[in-house]
Amino acid sequence: MQAKIHEIISRYGSDKGFLVPILQDVQKELNYLPEDALVMVSTFLEIPVSRIFEVATFYKAFSLTPRGKHLLSLCLGTACHVRGAPLISGHIERALGISAGETSPDLEFTFETVNCLGACALGPVIVVDGEYHGQLTIAKTNTILRDLGRKVPSDEEA
Amino acid sequence: MKKLKSPGELAALQEEIRTGRDPKKPCITICAGTGCLAYGTQKIIDCFRQEIEKQQLEARVEFRTSGCHGFCERGPMVVIHPQKIFYQRIKAEDVPEIITRTVLAGEVIDRLSYVDPATKQKIVYEHDVPFYKRQTRYVLGMNGEIDPASIDDYLAIGGYSGLAKALSGMKPEAVIEEVKKANLRGRGGGGFPTGWKWDATRKAQGEPKYVICNADEGDPGAYMDRSLLEGNPHLVLEGMIIGAYAIGSSQGYIYVRNEYPLAVHNVTVALDKAREAGLLGDNILGSGFSFDITINRGGGAFVCGESSALFASIEGRSGEPRAKYVHATDQGLYNKPTTLNNVETWGNVPLIINRGADWYSSIGTANSKGTKIFSLVGKINNTGLVEVPMGITLREIIYEIGGGIPKGRKFKAVQTGGPSGGCIPEQHLDIPVDFDELTKIGSMMGSGGMIVMDDRNCMVDVAKYFLKFLEEESCGKCTPCREGIVQMRIILDRICEGQGKEEDIDTLEWMGQAIKDGSLCALGGSAPNPVLTTIKYFRHEYEAHIKDKKCPAGVCKSLITYAVDAEKCTGCHACARVCPTQAATGEKKQAHVIDTAKCIKCGACFEACKFDAVVVK
Repeated sequence: MQAKIHEIISRYGSDKGFLVPILQDVQKELNYLPEDALVMVSTFLEIPVSRIFEVATFYKAFSLTPRGKHLLSLCLGTACHVRGAPLISGHIERALGISAGETSPDLEFTFETVNCLGACALGPVIVVDGEYHGQLTIAKTNTILRDLGRKVPSDEEA
Repeated sequence: MKKLKSPGELAALQEEIRTGRDPKKPCITICAGTGCLAYGTQKIIDCFRQEIEKQQLEARVEFRTSGCHGFCERGPMVVIHPQKIFYQRIKAEDVPEIITRTVLAGEVIDRLSYVDPATKQKIVYEHDVPFYKRQTRYVLGMNGEIDPASIDDYLAIGGYSGLAKALSGMKPEAVIEEVKKANLRGRGGGGFPTGWKWDATRKAQGEPKYVICNADEGDPGAYMDRSLLEGNPHLVLEGMIIGAYAIGSSQGYIYVRNEYPLAVHNVTVALDKAREAGLLGDNILGSGFSFDITINRGGGAFVCGESSALFASIEGRSGEPRAKYVHATDQGLYNKPTTLNNVETWGNVPLIINRGADWYSSIGTANSKGTKIFSLVGKINNTGLVEVPMGITLREIIYEIGGGIPKGRKFKAVQTGGPSGGCIPEQHLDIPVDFDELTKIGSMMGSGGMIVMDDRNCMVDVAKYFLKFLEEESCGKCTPCREGIVQMRIILDRICEGQGKEEDIDTLEWMGQAIKDGSLCALGGSAPNPVLTTIKYFRHEYEAHIKDKKCPAGVCKSLITYAVDAEKCTGCHACARVCPTQAATGEKKQAHVIDTAKCIKCGACFEACKFDAVVVK
């Protein structure tokens, strides 16, 4: 891990001004920002770890806990909201048994809501592991969840 | 590419590229903006490449992947030049036929043409599509002509001529004067005169001076800056270089959302190409003027679109705004004189320099000149990006360009200005859209999001949505914003749950005013707007929630119940199949019922019923 972090930091010429992009790259590499990584960044850049913690908790893009194997990002932009995204959000929360922003205990799923994906013609829209699914309905959401190997609430009886 | 050493060499290269291209040669342009890629356009692009190779047409047919064309509703789409035949909602299977019949034989494939829903007529050519016809696409229109990865494409349409003109014949002061005369105002929302900003930065003490492009487009429902940056990055760069020359800056930054990977990629490529061509870096076009640009990716914080928070973020700190008794033009990034303009503002600069302030200021209204790009989204038939002259009415945008409200439903409101803006009701649809008129009716231009809502949208719920958004995005530095927004949201929660009190509306109004007056930056300063405008124009909806405990739009869960209309129910069992709590039950071919005690109001039955038998009360 140390070598990787060192390599990322040297990409930016050890410039303290690039703390945010450095943390973005570290997270991309490690899937989240473990405490050890933050300490290493602090040592390499000579920035107090408290400052790094401040930045890592300020920006939404950073996660201090491990993220799931599958990432589901549901758009809650205004256009998606007025087209019924909150109902979809509630449905996914019930199906996965976690709230938005959480990761399932088996580290299979992370479900997050995002502000706007800028694909408003497709709203409500979700990105599942990098793939867009648009004009979501509860039925379509069920198909997506089943494809990920998850039973959906209405499957129980069937 | 050879480094260009003078404006003359640039003109010669533009000419060389133009004459080397045959305007009659068939060219397939496919929209490869983020919106169309989300539809699965990449597969279609691959098919076109394979088919062209298979039929050995590389020398006879051009194939171009361009940025966003704007008509996102009908993607994936292609335009076939030189006739400009427009095909929409195409699939990979259509590719061989498009090449054989249209590109090679010049025939039109009827099923891929757009049908105007109003007249039911087939429309063959792109310029005849009503969505485009009513627009004035000076800035965004170029997107369809160029591959963002190709500097040659941009040069072929006269790209960087504005820069050459500025460097060869205009003193920096003259450039500023031209922008002032054009009366260009900031497209990011503030509407501050761009020329004044440049002038103040030029005259300010301190070196170096910085220019920044604000591409931290955070307003939900707005994506025009992304589309411009990813579709025509050189246009934005050219604007920035002209600005830097006028201001006397040697270093620029583009602060862009990390959620826009394609924009980041396309700008990175464009920067490399511009450097290679001698249009960026040391001694640009042999003029002695040097300037370079660095990209900064944002960390996903809405507040970083605010200038002082953005500076903090570039400096590697958390993005907290500061009080602005000292202007950024005097002390901005690293406390040095800084000009920060939005993507679209920079994109207008080359036009002004090329075609002159007189031409530019002939477009628009008395105090708002030029065009504005809006992202028209929500409950609208033609979702997409529209570029219109200032002064057009909201009604024209929504009905003539946008094609009205889907499923024949009734228009209720249009929300402009993002979370800081307001909801505009039907009675104001005929006002001319410009910076001043929108402010007069309690909303604002903002960065250009335009979200249309119909009678199934609850205005109290929408107001709550924006407050919740701002509550999460408030940086927490000043108390009125951090605590005030939460308290307002709690009151709205209560109203939506049927626990509203008579005095709540008054409380929201005075609290809103206090938050506006007391907040440090524009986030808090405008946060109450969605609540205040919905109270102003839709007070009856608040009252229905508070007094009658009803949500007229049928949105607020605590105030609605789902029921089955026995007359319409065919007993198809679809509702019972999807119900997660077994609240919807019934025998096949018999009218079903919903047990309100078990119902969690998830809406699944309502969506599943094909006979409109599930009703919201």
